[in-house]
Parts: sequence; structure tokens; C-alpha cells
Amino acid sequence: MKTTLTNAGILPSKQAVVYASDYLNKLAGEQIERECRLRLQEGCNELVVNFSQTELVNSIGVSILLGIIDSASNKGAKVVFSDVKQETVELFDMLGVTKHVDIQ
Amino acid sequence: MKIQDFKTADVKRLAEDRHKLVHTFGALAELGQAVTSKPNFQETMRMSLHLLLGSLAIMRGGVASYSRYGHELNMLAVRGFAEDFPLTLSLCYEDERQFLANGLYPIEISQAKVLPFFQIYDHSFESSDLELFVPLVVHDETVGAVFLGQKATGEPYTSYDREIICAMARHIGVAIAQRNMMAELERRADENRKLYENLRLTYNDTVKAFAAAIDRKDKYTEGHSVRVGKYSEIIASELGWTDQEVEGAAVAGYLHDVGKITVERKIINAPYRIDAKESSELNKHPRVGYEILMPINHPYADVPLAAKYHHERLDGRGYPDGLYDREIPFIAKIVNLADSFDAMTTDRPYKRRRPVNEVIDDLQRNSGKQFAPEIVNAFFRGIYREVTGEAKEKRFRRLLGREFMETQGIIPMLGSALNETASTSHRTYVSFD
Repeated sequence: MKTTLTNAGILPSKQAVVYASDYLNKLAGEQIERECRLRLQEGCNELVVNFSQTELVNSIGVSILLGIIDSASNKGAKVVFSDVKQETVELFDMLGVTKHVDIQ
Repeated sequence: MKIQDFKTADVKRLAEDRHKLVHTFGALAELGQAVTSKPNFQETMRMSLHLLLGSLAIMRGGVASYSRYGHELNMLAVRGFAEDFPLTLSLCYEDERQFLANGLYPIEISQAKVLPFFQIYDHSFESSDLELFVPLVVHDETVGAVFLGQKATGEPYTSYDREIICAMARHIGVAIAQRNMMAELERRADENRKLYENLRLTYNDTVKAFAAAIDRKDKYTEGHSVRVGKYSEIIASELGWTDQEVEGAAVAGYLHDVGKITVERKIINAPYRIDAKESSELNKHPRVGYEILMPINHPYADVPLAAKYHHERLDGRGYPDGLYDREIPFIAKIVNLADSFDAMTTDRPYKRRRPVNEVIDDLQRNSGKQFAPEIVNAFFRGIYREVTGEAKEKRFRRLLGREFMETQGIIPMLGSALNETASTSHRTYVSFD
């Protein structure tokens, strides 16, 4: 996520957008997860993870995204992945991640 | 099979398999790097869990280390578990036996339910949707465990998945085993440090007891060895020696007269100037002291040499060997000054203690003849720093008394003596034997 804290925000429809970038693929990417949890606690019912600046997603990234999905599922919120590269979509498909999210 | 026999579905499956392989091997490579290069163990464990879960898209999981002292599994990293999942799980002997028998291989939760600890924590495992349990066994020793939930696909774990889990769990197990080994090494090193410290204290107490025993033989110079030890310590400290070296100088001072235990009491305690024969007997004590101290394995070097040569002089007129300046061990030069200073500043049967101005003058005059100038200078500096209040500890006052240290004019006298000894380029005596 390029600038998780500054770029994230709750839209009027209770939708929050977070930007992944390559930050997702490092241990520090846990911050994105914490940010999403915070948004969910604030009442967000749709989390949009934007991958427009994410070249690829590694195993750490997948784990963090699963954490986000789990948190959202516990709160009854929806998770949407947007601007995902075809290669990453294939990876998410293969791993079963797409069963839990909408891809835009 | 010919290439044209491949159907589109086969090609797609092959591509997917290749993609999966690249993804899992990437995770495995990163895990290998993480367990060897991350200095922070907690971070290593968190990263390892991410890589394991992310490689197969496992929804939740945890890594625990095993304490063989407490017989418990302590969770190191957890993701997605229910809030009531215990962070410490107690094990019994049967659990440990089963772990070792199973080795490092994933066990289905349904099969693991026969284990005693699973029966205790069954409810917590169920609420966290656990599917697999992997004991971490390294070199026939249980070092921890990995708990894994369902895969994101919802499908059961394949044999391929289990192989991947097994390989990654091995990495994690080795990282925990290494950390345990380091902790054990640190614990032993700490134990050794404490043992050494106890030994050091015992040695120093023994040395002080020995010094007190030596001093008891001479009723006129009671406390002499202890004071010489203290003066030697001050000089070494003023010379900028390390704590250990300063301690060694003190020990050399405490034991410098150990050879006197073989000299007849009537010679030591003679209330008159002893004759040549008695003097010859007394002058054997440095060599005897050396012979007593030499076989002992001292933690500080040169303690026996200080005993042997503390009556040598720079000008070669000392005894037992009449050594010159550079032939005399430095520690012996320190003890020599400390010994002489104590002789000048304490009452003897045939001589009263001398006033401070006379003592300073005597040391100054003999600097470069009997005493090494840098040692005289360090000694003066020690007294000067105390009388001017620069040094907070009143070591000289405790040893010499307030009256001696508050003699009028002592500060300018010492200041001038310090300048004098600092500028003295002392004569070097060379033996022509």
C-alpha cells in the first residue's frame, strides 16, 4: 500500500479503499491489516483493496490479504480487490482467494 | 504421448502447477532467508507463519515453541485464531512421546484428538477451525508445533501440500532449535560469569586474609600489607590501568611480604636496628615470597615477581638481584613505592612516622634513583586529586589520618612536586654485568 494511512478513508457508502503497493509483501504490511481492522471497527462494510501499483503478490502478501478477508468476514463486511493484474488474479484463483472476494 | 494429444485443460493444469510451484518455492526460499538472517526472533516467527500460510493460502495458523522445563507449548505467532485460543498449552509425557514418534509430519486434527492435550483444548481448537497439527521435531527433540486451519479453497490438504508444509515446518523448527541453543549458551555463559565472580571474590578474600596473617607477625607494622595493597591499587588506577589490572596491582601489594612468614619473629619485631646477619636473614623474604607464590595459578600476572623484586631500585642498589631500571618488572616498581611510602608514614620501633612535607620531598629526591618517576608522579597525582577535592573518595585520609592529609601547604607542595616529576626525564640505568 503506497500510503496506507493517508490514502485510506471511509467513503459515504461506508466503503474504505486501501492501496496495496509492494508494501503488502513485507512484514511491515501488517500495518495494512491493522488499518483495515480499524476501518471495520469504525463501521465500514466494504473494503476495497486497490492493486493498481502492485506488481506481484508474494506469500506474505497472500497471508496479509487472508487476514483482511478473515477480519471482514467476522464483521460481515465485503472485500473487493480492484485493479488487479491478470497474473495476480490467476494466483488468487489458484489459491482459492477469489472465493472470498469480488474482483473488479 | 505426443504433444498434439495434450488438451487445453491439460495445458491449463500444467500452467497452474508451474505457477503454484513458483509461488511455493518462492515462499520456501524467503523462509530460508528469514530464519538465517533476521536478528529478531519474534519477527522471524511472524514472518515464517506468514510465509507458511501464504504459500498455500491457509486461512489461519500458529507457531509455538516447546519448553521442556515447563512441559508446555508457548505460542510465538498466531493468525486468525479465536480469542479464547490459549497462548500456553500444557503437555504431558504421553503427548511428548507421540510427538517424537510422529516426527516432523502433519497430523490431521481428527487423528490428533487421541492425544491427551488435544482432549483438554479440544473446544479451543474447534472454534479456531484447525485442520492440521505439525510437531516440530529437530534432532529427536521436540522444539515446538505448528497449528494450521483450513485452506482458502476449502479443499482438503493434498500430499503435495503436506510435503510443502513439512519442508517449511523443518525450517521453522531449526530456527526455534537454534534460538533455544543460543538461549542455553547465554544461560551457561551467565552461570560461568557468576562462578568466575564468586571465585574472584573468594581469591581476593583469601589474599586479604593472607595479608592480615602476614601483618600479624609484625606487631609494629600491623596493617602494612593491606595498606601497601591499597596504595598499589591507587597508583595503578592513576596510571589508567583497567579494573582487572588495578585489582592485580592490589593483590601484588597485599602479598608482597608473604616471604616474611619464614623469617624469625624476633628479627621482624626487633626494637632496634638489626645487625648484618639478621639483615641478611630478613633480606631473603623477597625470594622466599616468590617461591611461595610462583606455584599458585594467580588470575593476575606478575604477583610473584612483585614479591621478588619489590626491594629493587632503579639505580641497581636494591636486592635480591641488584636489577637496574628496565630489568625491574613494572608491578614491582609500584609495590616498591607503596612499600616505602608506608614505611615512611607509619611509626616503627626505632623511628617515628615522618611529616608529609618530608615524605614528599624524599619521594621527589629519589625519583629516578629508587623510584620510577612516572609512578611517583601517579602517586602524587592521587594524593593531589584527593586533597583538592577532585577525587571524591578519601582513600588516603582513611589510611593516613585527617591530620596528615590536612597539613598546611600540602596542596602547593604537591602541585610543585607534580610539575617536577612530570618534567623529569628520568635517568635509565643499565647493567654492565
